[in-house]
This record gives sequence, structure tokens and C-alpha cells, in this order.
Amino acid sequence: MSANTQKPVQANLGAKPRPHIGRRGLHGFLRIREASILVVAILLIIYFESTNANFLSDANLQTLSQFISPWVVIACGEIMLLICGEIDLSAGMVFALAPFIMYFAHDAGLPLIIAFILAIIGCGAIGFFNGFISVKLRVPSFVVTLGTMFLINGFTLTISRGFPVDTPNDAIFSFLMGGGYAEITWAVILVLFMHGMLRNTRWGLHTIAVGGNLLGSAESGINVTKIKIGNFVITGALAGLAGILEASRIGSTDPLAGGSNMMFMAVAAAVIGGTSLMGGSGTIIGGLFGGLMLGVLQDGFTINGINAFTFDMIIGAAILIAMVFNIHFARLRNMGKLK
Amino acid sequence: MSHSQQVHSTPMPPQAAGSQEALRATDIVKRFGAVTALNGVSLHLNKGEMLGILGDNGAGKSTLIKILTGFQAPTSGKLAINGQDVALKSVDHARELGIECVYQDLALVPGLSIYHNMFLNREPLRAGPFRLLDNRQMRNRAAEALEDIGVNIPDVNEEVARLSGGQRQAVAIARAVYSKAKILLLDEPLAAMGARESGLILDLIDRLKKRADLSLIMIAHNYAQTLEVADRIMMFQHGEVTFERASAETSVPELLDVVRQNYKVVRGGA
Ligand SMILES: Nc1ncnc2c1ncn2[C@@H]1O[C@H](COP(=O)(O)OP(=O)(O)OP(=O)(O)O)[C@@H](O)[C@H]1O
Ligand SMILES: [Mg+2]
Repeated sequence: MSANTQKPVQANLGAKPRPHIGRRGLHGFLRIREASILVVAILLIIYFESTNANFLSDANLQTLSQFISPWVVIACGEIMLLICGEIDLSAGMVFALAPFIMYFAHDAGLPLIIAFILAIIGCGAIGFFNGFISVKLRVPSFVVTLGTMFLINGFTLTISRGFPVDTPNDAIFSFLMGGGYAEITWAVILVLFMHGMLRNTRWGLHTIAVGGNLLGSAESGINVTKIKIGNFVITGALAGLAGILEASRIGSTDPLAGGSNMMFMAVAAAVIGGTSLMGGSGTIIGGLFGGLMLGVLQDGFTINGINAFTFDMIIGAAILIAMVFNIHFARLRNMGKLK
Repeated sequence: MSHSQQVHSTPMPPQAAGSQEALRATDIVKRFGAVTALNGVSLHLNKGEMLGILGDNGAGKSTLIKILTGFQAPTSGKLAINGQDVALKSVDHARELGIECVYQDLALVPGLSIYHNMFLNREPLRAGPFRLLDNRQMRNRAAEALEDIGVNIPDVNEEVARLSGGQRQAVAIARAVYSKAKILLLDEPLAAMGARESGLILDLIDRLKKRADLSLIMIAHNYAQTLEVADRIMMFQHGEVTFERASAETSVPELLDVVRQNYKVVRGGA
């Protein structure tokens, strides 16, 4: 019997609402979609550079990278969660808690590296808790992590008594964590690693499968509980890492660092980058570009002296435009070209 | 009744096959809260045999299938595979024992490509320490498998979301068939298929039946089709087996009669 490799007919594609984004097949198209956000970011950079010659100065690039990095690191986790149909609202509070865990562990006499590892494990454990309550006890993660968001914030404020402390440091640590571009270097390494994991490993594939068809994934034998809880653990650990990176750079551990604003920026970066809030599709690289775009906006308006209120309106509009753009242009592209 | 598929040769009566049993389920009960989906179902499946299961909506057919794939645990009852008692711990466990299934809902992920769906949860990995997916192998083997069935499928990179209902069914069937199945469970595999595609799948089933090491259970709603292709017929009603007979010894009118009168007897035949 001959395989009739029929060319997909265009008519049957346009009619459907844009389905979940696949991996292969749509890969080229996905790249374009990620690239479109990058193009917007670059256009914004050109605009800000033309209105303010300091925009591309080394000092400002450092500032910019420091805006972006924590969003992007947290977004890596949030994207995995969003893809498998969950969300973590507590990540910004875990961000603030992590360096305190490190601080107190170090204060108790543990070597810094051990204190660091303990803090990351602790944040992973918070992720596990979030995941366990969401998946095993079947409370929507939006609600669970809303609860832990307040809980962790209160906890951090309690153990710190509301005051910042000096972030412990040593030579190796400041080499790895300090320096103007250390955070963005970490962020980019993590993005590449997570991108590879999402695209090329069973974990990544199963994360997409679980978000795309939960029951079908389970019927296929995928351990959906493991995938979901695992991605909560990843998000917790990454949020903790982002918090420690920032605390190490600044040299001060602030109980008011991060917060829900940090988490929302990470989620916004994810969504602007092309990750679906409905689950089943997403891209890590897109999250990096989404974060870049948000950072360029924030930084550009700041150095141009536009006030914070205006900035919030512009961010809001940018998110709306990006979403409309993503959904509609994706559909147009779908109809137009499909190898 | 109009049936468009070609006429198959008269089915053989269920063979003794050295009393070799692929599968035996004894007194399976499954309750979902107040609902009793299966109320003491027993059945066996001989090696190389094809069993057709008919029954009303909600009779418990799919529930039985999900118990046989290890997806759901029975409330009570026993399973034996190849004469050995087993308690299926998971879908993977059942799969290790050679049980493969085309679920009624197909268990496909719309956002993934055809080839990723074909290898869902059994993805081949590339050599090396990173345990990366071997996408090329998946693509090639998926294309081969679909070509072999002959159903019209655009290329394997296509997202399942873009396939028609019948095409999706073909993908799900190809996935189950081209694994190392010894016991193949088909839950309404022809439900969304056109006449030509049904014919192709029935042809495929005919070819599979020639394999002495493969046993099949097919759930269907089309009596004539099932009678033609299966060696033996079972009827499910309200979570119980109400009729069982070799296909050669029964007929569509008799089956319709059983349904009409809602017999709760006969466990003869075979
Ligand atoms: N997960 C579940 N939770 C609660 N009740 C269930 C569940 N699965 C099945 N049931 C119930 O069990 C009974 C049998 O369902 P089942 O799907 O096995 O029927 P079926 O014979 O496959 O029907 P159909 O021909 O419509 O596919 C139904 O009453 C159904 O509502
Ligand atoms: Mg059913």
C-alpha cells in the first residue's frame, strides 16, 4: 500500500481556532514567533538609544540585565508550570525567603556553599509542598500558591523581623554570583538548559503532554503527578536561586525583595514570549525575549524620566498588544505558510 | 442494515489452542462511589483469539478495558495473564506484560506531532549521557507504521489537532499495533471512521488475527461488523455479561433479540 503523503489543505487549517503549539512541525513557525518578540525588543532598544544615547552604555546595560535576570530565571520555572497546566504565585516570595535561609544556615556555622545548597533545597521543598497540595489534594494551584504566597511572605518578615541583613559572601561565591553581568549569565545558561530540556527530553515532552491532555497522558502511562509536582519543585528552586543571585549582587538580603510584582513580571515575560495560559504549549527562549522586552521598556522609560504610573499603563498595554499579536498573527501565519 | 466493507471469510470457531489463555478475568467488580460499573464480570481470552464485546452505553465496557490496561484498579476481582495471576500496578506494568490499548478517547495529545503521539511514554532515546529524544527514529518509524496501514495521513510532523477524527483513530491504532503487543484492546476503534477507513482497519485486524501470538478484544456498536471479524461475542448489560457465544453460532437478529429482551441468563457457548 502506498502512503499517500497528501499536502495538508489550507482550508482545513484556517477554520480551526489556533490549537496548542506543537513541537516539531510547527518548530519553524515557533522560531518565528519567538523571533517576533525579539524584533520588538530590538526595535525598542533602537528607539531608546535614539532618544537617549546612554541607553547602550555599559552601566545601563548592567542595570538592564539586572532587571531582566530574576524575571527570566523565575519565568523558566513558570513556563514549565504553565505548560503543564499549573501556576505558582508564591515564586516572588520564595525569591525573598531563599537568601534568608542561606543567611541563617551560614550564621549557624555551616560553610557558605552548604548553606546555599540548603536554601535551594528548601525552596524546592516549598515547590514540592505547593505541588503536593495542588495535585494530590486537588486544590487549584492558583489558590494553593495564593495561600503560600502570603504564608511565605509573613514567614520571611517574621524570621527577619522585617530588617535586611548582609548577604554572606566569600571569594568563590562572589566570583560566581557577584559582578555586573553574573546574573544575566546565569539566566542565559539556565534558559539554554531549560530550553533543551523542554524540547529534547522526555520530561519536557511529557510536560507538554500533561498540559495538552491530562487524562490521555495518564492513560498512556505518564506519571502526571510526578511531572506536575516536579515542575513545582523546579520553579521553587529557580525562584530561590534568583533570590540568592540578587541578594549576593546587592550584598544585602532584604525581606521586601521580590514579591508578587516579581512573580507577575515573570509570568508576563512567559506569556508575552508565547506561552499559553491554557497549558499545552510554551517556549523557554520566548520567555527570555519576553523578559528582555519588558526590561527594555521599564529601563528605557526610567532613564527617559517617564514616571512609574505611566510605565504601568504602558506595560499593561504592551501585554495586551503582545497577546493579540501572538494569537492573531499566529493564526494568519498558520493559514499562509505551512511547509 | 447497510455495511460497506468487503465480505470476510467465515470466522473460525474459537480454537482450543492447547487451552492456552492470554487473559482471564474473574469476578471483576468496579464501583465509582454509588455507581457500580462492573458487577462481577468474568471472561477469558485465548491466545490468537479475537473477542468482540457489545453492549449498551454505560454498560461498563470501557471500564473493563481500563482495568485491563492497569489504568484503573478493580474494586475486587482477579486477573491472570498467560495463566499467571497478576495485580496490575500501572499502565507501564500492563504494557510490560504485552497489553496495549486504543482507548475510546484515543489518549492523543492534540498539541503534539503525530510522531510524538505515536511514541508517547515510550520514546526512544539517543545514545549518550543526556537521554535526549531520538526524534529522527520516531519520525521514521511513525511514518512506516502509518504507511503500512494505508490510511491517508499528512506527514508525521503534523500536529494531531489538525487531523480528522478518523485520522486520529488511525494514529491511535497504529500506535497500539506497532508496539510489541501480545494482547491488543480496541475500544470502539471504528467509531469515527468512514467506510473506506473502516475497511482498512478491518483488513489490518484480519492480518493481525493471523498472528498466533496476538490476542484481541474489540469493543464495537456495529453488530454485523463485530460478528464478522470476531471469533466470539460477549454482550455487556448494566455491568454484567448477559450473553456469550461463538460468532459462528449466533447472528445479528439473535443479538438484537438479546438486547431487546434484556436477557440476564445464558453463559453458554465457547
Ligand atoms: N471515572 C469514573 N467516575 C465515575 N463513574 C464512572 C467513571 N468511569 C465510568 N463511570 C461510570 O461507569 C459506568 C460504565 O461506564 P463505561 O465507560 O465503562 O461504559 P461503556 O460501556 O464503555 O459505554 P459506552 O458504550 O458509552 O462507551 C457508567 O455509568 C459511567 O458513568
Ligand atoms: Mg466506552
